Amino acid sequence: MLEPQPLYQTGLTGEVLLAELQRVPREAVSKPPRRATEEAAWVSRLLIAVALAYFAVFLLTPLFMVFSEAFRKGYEAFVVAIVEPDAIASLKLTLMVAAVAVPFNLVFGVAAAWAIAKFEFRGKSLLITLIDLPFSVSPVIAGLVFVLVFGLQGWLGPWLAAHGIKVIFALPGLFLATIFVTVPFVARELIPLMQSQGAEQEEAALVLGANGWQTFWRVTLPNIRWGVIYGVILCNARAMGEFGAVSVVSGHIRGATNTMPLHVEILYNEYNFAAAFAVASLLAILALLTLAIKSWVEWREHLAAPSS
Amino acid sequence: MSIHLRNIAKTFGATRVLDDISLDVATGELVALLGPSGSGKTTLLRIIAGLETPDAGRVLLHGNDQTFVSVRERQIGFVFQHYALFRHLTVSENVAFGLRVKRRDRPSEKQIRSRVQALLDLVQLGTLGARYPHQLSGGQRQRVALARALAIEPRVMLLDEPFGALDAKVRKELRAWLRALHRKMHITSVFVTHDQEEALELADRVVVMNEGRIEQVATAEGLRRSPQTAFVAEFLEAGS
Repeated sequence: MLEPQPLYQTGLTGEVLLAELQRVPREAVSKPPRRATEEAAWVSRLLIAVALAYFAVFLLTPLFMVFSEAFRKGYEAFVVAIVEPDAIASLKLTLMVAAVAVPFNLVFGVAAAWAIAKFEFRGKSLLITLIDLPFSVSPVIAGLVFVLVFGLQGWLGPWLAAHGIKVIFALPGLFLATIFVTVPFVARELIPLMQSQGAEQEEAALVLGANGWQTFWRVTLPNIRWGVIYGVILCNARAMGEFGAVSVVSGHIRGATNTMPLHVEILYNEYNFAAAFAVASLLAILALLTLAIKSWVEWREHLAAPSS
Repeated sequence: MSIHLRNIAKTFGATRVLDDISLDVATGELVALLGPSGSGKTTLLRIIAGLETPDAGRVLLHGNDQTFVSVRERQIGFVFQHYALFRHLTVSENVAFGLRVKRRDRPSEKQIRSRVQALLDLVQLGTLGARYPHQLSGGQRQRVALARALAIEPRVMLLDEPFGALDAKVRKELRAWLRALHRKMHITSVFVTHDQEEALELADRVVVMNEGRIEQVATAEGLRRSPQTAFVAEFLEAGS
C-alpha cells in the first residue's frame, strides 16, 4: 500500500524544491518574484564573507602558523624535535592518559545517561547539574582541588604518604584531573538522545522475556551507538589537549609526568620555538584526525538515521 | 488462559488513575477497554502486563497470583501503541527477538528461522523479512508488532490502541483481519481503544471505563440496549 510521502522523505532539499516550484515558463514571468522571507543577495553575501573572515583569522591562521613555525628550521629540525626522548615520552603519556580517562567516562557517561533518561529518582536534577560542573569550573581550580585533597599538605596526603602512594606529581593525579575535566562529554551527548527515544523499546524487550543485561546490549546500546562514538571522540580530544588541570597536578617532571601540552609549554619557555611548534603540530594533527573521524561518524549517523 | 483482576488501585502522584477495579476475562475471550483519554484504560493494560505494579489489588492469570511476578516471566504478548519495533533490527530479527533472548530451552537457529517465517506468513509479510521497520507502512509495522508478540507463544495478548496510528481504510482492513486471527488462534486478548465503533465491532465484551472506574461491562448488544449509567449513554451517543 502506498502512503503519501511527507515532504522530508522525498529526498528533495529546500533549494531543489524551491527551484522546482519556481520553474515557471520564462515567457510567463520575466522576473521570479522574491519571497517575503528571502533576504537581498548582498545581505547573505556580506554575512558569508564576515563568517569566513572570522574563521580565517581565529581558526585557520593559528593552525597555519603552528605548522609553518614547526618547519621554519627545516624538515630535519622538525624530526629531531619529535623523536627526542622527552617528546616521545610526552606523546606516550598523553595517549595513556586518554586511554584511561576515556573508558572511565564512557562507562560513567552511559550509566548516568541511562539513569537520568529512563528513571525517576531523588537527586536527579542534582546529578544533571553535577555532570555539567567540569564545564563551569575552571580547570586550574579543579587541579588545585585535587592537590588540596591528595597533596602532601592535603586531607588524604599524610595517609597516602604513609602507605607509599603518590597521587599528586604522579600518574594517578594526571588520570584524576583528566577524568574530572572530561566527565560531561559522553553523558551530555547521550542524555537528550536517550530522553527522546523514551523507554518503549526497552519495555518491548522486557515483555518479550529479555533481562536487563540483554535489553541493554541488544536494544539500548545499538540505539545510541553513534551518540556513544561521538561522545567518545569529543572526550578523547579534550583528554589529549587538556592543559590547566593537568598542569597543576603534574609537577612538570620531564619524561615522567609531562603530557604533550605541558611539554609544549616547557619548550616554549626555554625559547626552543621550533621544537615547541613541532610538538604542537603533532597535537594539531591529533586534533585534525579527531575532526575527520567526527565528520565521518556524523556522516554515518546521517546514513543510519531512519527516514521516518 | 483467564485473567482475573481483584480490587486494583493505582495512583500517580496525587492523581488516582485506577480505583478499585475488578474484572474477569474468560479463556479465549476478546475484550475491549473503552473510554476517553485519562480514563485509566492504558494503565490497567500495563498492570495486566506487569509494566506497572498496582498500589493495591491482585492480578491473577489462570488462577495464579502474578501481581509481583516480573513482566518478562508473565509470557504476555504486548502490542504497543506505536509498535516499539527495534529500529536497528530487520523485520525477521524483530520477530525472532523473543526466541533469541530465551535462557531456558532456546530453539536452534534453524527452528528460530522456520518459526519466524511461519509467523511472517501468518501476518502476510512473508517476503519482507529482510526489510527494516522504517521501510514499512504503518499497517505493515502493526503486523510485524503482532508477529513479534506471537513469537513467544503468549498466554494472553494485550494491545494498546492497536489501530490508533493508522488511517481509516487500513484500520478497517486490519480490524477484520485481527478478528479472523483471534478466531483462529483463540488467545485471550484485551485491547484498549477510545473508538467505540472499534470496540463494539471487534470485542466479545466491552468494558466502559471513566475516571479510573468501570462504568459497565457488557456485550455490544447489551451496551446498546441498556446503558447502565448516564456516562455510558452519553459516551455511546457522542460517538455514534
